[in-house]
Amino acid sequence: MASESHAQHDDHHVNYMAIFWWLLALTILEVLAGIPEASPAYPQLLKGALLVIMAVAKAALVGLYFMHLKFEKLTLGFIAMIPLVLCVFVVLMVLPDF
Amino acid sequence: MSEAAAVDHAHGVEPAETPLTPESWGKLGMWVFLAGDAMSFGTLLAGYAIMRGNSANWPNPTEVLGISLTAFMTFLLICSSVTMVKGLDAIKRGDQDGLVKYMWLTVGGGLIFLGLQAYEWTHLINLGLGLAANKWGDSLFGTTFYIITGFHGMHVTGGVIYLAVIAIRGKKGVYSATNWNEVEIAGLYWHFVDLVWILVFTFIYLL
Repeated sequence: MASESHAQHDDHHVNYMAIFWWLLALTILEVLAGIPEASPAYPQLLKGALLVIMAVAKAALVGLYFMHLKFEKLTLGFIAMIPLVLCVFVVLMVLPDF
Repeated sequence: MSEAAAVDHAHGVEPAETPLTPESWGKLGMWVFLAGDAMSFGTLLAGYAIMRGNSANWPNPTEVLGISLTAFMTFLLICSSVTMVKGLDAIKRGDQDGLVKYMWLTVGGGLIFLGLQAYEWTHLINLGLGLAANKWGDSLFGTTFYIITGFHGMHVTGGVIYLAVIAIRGKKGVYSATNWNEVEIAGLYWHFVDLVWILVFTFIYLL
């Protein structure tokens, strides 16, 4: 079992440079979407949605590939998801007060 | 990892490798810690969102904060995450020199990040952005900015020390192709710090 899991580990050849280029490209797109100088005035809601989607995509890339969540047992994925779910819950609970 | 399982077997307790747990208790421990830490960051960011949502005069962060500098800081942390995985890859192949080289590169990235953050803070403080003072609008803008970026900066500081210890132990030859568990666990912490910065950069600086 021990050697099995070892072998599994070595099988995952992630192209880290590809992840790097994705992260870099998304960062550049984020800055372009975020700064007023580079982007024409467009609805704040659209800007917010674009930025949040790109940030979540970047965070997912780091979690899945750099932190190897994609190749781990499901338990770790659940542990990682708990704070995210709780934080969304926290925000949703106070939204009616806005 | 295998030695953890071996130790457990020797003591006649539950083996580390069950269908539910990862192959290393240390890794599980780090993930549980990171989940708790993520809650800290999550509640800080949620609190920030609520204060900002209820504020009538929240300034546009892109007009107060320097985006080009922090975009570069983001780039730096992404690069340091790559050197971290390269270091882990090196020691998995048994390349101890590669591990030490990449660990110091990662530490260097973290140190430059901290230097830039110190520069940024000094600059903003001189411009008049304080913990409770903000000439651009709501004073909570400064409060949330310094608390959240400061909390993250403390994590980077901790990470720099943590990875320097790994680098020094690597230099001593502690790690090898069959013993890299500690390197992987340290990497989890460092990538988490990078991941949090990705969110901080978006929510505090760009949004």
